[in-house]
Amino acid sequence: MIPVCRLEDLPAGDSVRLDTTPPVAVFNADGELYAIDDTCSHQDASLSEGWLEGCLIECPLHAASFDLRTGRPTCLPARRPLRTHQVYVEDGVIHVLVASDAGAPGDGGAGAAEKGSAA
Amino acid sequence: MRTVVVVGASLAGLYAARELRAQGFDGRLVVIGAEPHAPYDRPPLSKGFLTGTADEEQLALADEEETAELAAEWLLGARAGALDARGRTIVLDDGRTVAGDGVVIATGAAARRLPGPPLAGVHTLRTLDDARALRAELARGPQRVVVIGGGFIGAETASSCVALGHDVTVVEAAPLPLTAQLGPEMASVCAGLHARGGAELLTGVGVAGLRGAAGRFVTGVELADGRLLPADVVVVGIGATPRTDWLAGSPLAVDDGVLCDDGCVTALPQVVAVGDVARAGGVRAEHWTSATEQPRTAVRNLLAGHTVETAHSLPYFWSDQYGSRIQFAGRRSDGDTVRIVEGSPDDLGGGPPTGPRGEGLLAVYERAGRTTAVLAIDRARPFMKVRRGLAADRAAELAAV
Repeated sequence: MIPVCRLEDLPAGDSVRLDTTPPVAVFNADGELYAIDDTCSHQDASLSEGWLEGCLIECPLHAASFDLRTGRPTCLPARRPLRTHQVYVEDGVIHVLVASDAGAPGDGGAGAAEKGSAA
Repeated sequence: MRTVVVVGASLAGLYAARELRAQGFDGRLVVIGAEPHAPYDRPPLSKGFLTGTADEEQLALADEEETAELAAEWLLGARAGALDARGRTIVLDDGRTVAGDGVVIATGAAARRLPGPPLAGVHTLRTLDDARALRAELARGPQRVVVIGGGFIGAETASSCVALGHDVTVVEAAPLPLTAQLGPEMASVCAGLHARGGAELLTGVGVAGLRGAAGRFVTGVELADGRLLPADVVVVGIGATPRTDWLAGSPLAVDDGVLCDDGCVTALPQVVAVGDVARAGGVRAEHWTSATEQPRTAVRNLLAGHTVETAHSLPYFWSDQYGSRIQFAGRRSDGDTVRIVEGSPDDLGGGPPTGPRGEGLLAVYERAGRTTAVLAIDRARPFMKVRRGLAADRAAELAAV
């Protein structure tokens, strides 16, 4: 598990990027925490810099959009899903359990999103 | 409408095919492509593909599943040679004909070349085959590369060549590259990226010609002021010309692109044009986003039989050079004032390919108190916010008309 930041340091609508390999982005979508691979599956761009609306994150480069709950793209130009990761809050600190590559990305297997509540 | 022929199998052509199916066209769909390749994405050609971080598989625009779903007939490696007087039959270069009752023109643009006999080592960078050839040549070890033209393709190619360890000089005929797109202040900031990245930029000087014996390797670039730049590889990035030559003799009006209305409809209601080749509402935009956005409107109008919708997307383009990402959106015109609202031109980072990233900057262009455009260097998040605001303003403006 990777500690991310204190819960109060990630307010609703905000995101933080973890310099893991590959990088992971953690979002606070209106109080629900999600973690997803940070790099858009279409072209190299950081989703942590994207536009968050509900559970959808729009890529800042070409407006591909992904569902944070599943990692699946919801529109072109992205076609491939991203891995989602489990998020935990322990003692007020957000942690991410990065999914192993074994799980098929976005297929709801080992890499399925486990949302953590920030409420 | 029973048969629609899409002429052009690149980004705009593929998006047109997708839109036809998405909007319910279930007839025969024929896609004609001059290149032998299935649709691929061009932007990475001057960047990841050239440096070897992206392979051909990653360039593909449609996977097998989607290609099957489109249920199109693909005529690849077939160049359109003519459109008949009624605008319904396309004659291919090899003499075959394809007839349809709807036509989407998406033939794009071709890289402009320098006059003179062909020399080995001289490249353009537009197609996958162009990029393959340049990539192979750059792989032969450190060389002296001269890039002619400091526009986006030139700058990106120069940046990739530096990253590969080559000695790079960029020659730009204008006093500054990218002035038309970015205005002088920000063009000057972006020009600075070359020096930070380790390429030499020569401005305000044209190219008199290339040196080298016909059919042999290029040896140098002769400048208009008499200087000679020794070169092993020359990349010519001096723009592109819309591919409209095949429309000669057709009823369609052509003037730097296929003339069409705001809805991408030509003088013939069953013929629409999209992407780099289309001059819609008086504007021809060689932007990736136009090529992906116009097809929706064009196809709606094609299927309706006349213009029922106009395309009015906000111009947007981006460029990756020397480790920096430049993004621009909006409609800038000369005389707009530029205000840097975040960051500073003195902290752009960059430098060698592995150099530290700077803080970047965000600049807005203003006229009469209103924001007309926005530019970001490594500031994606605030850029996106301003860009969305500009798009909303534009939509409101059009709704009010």
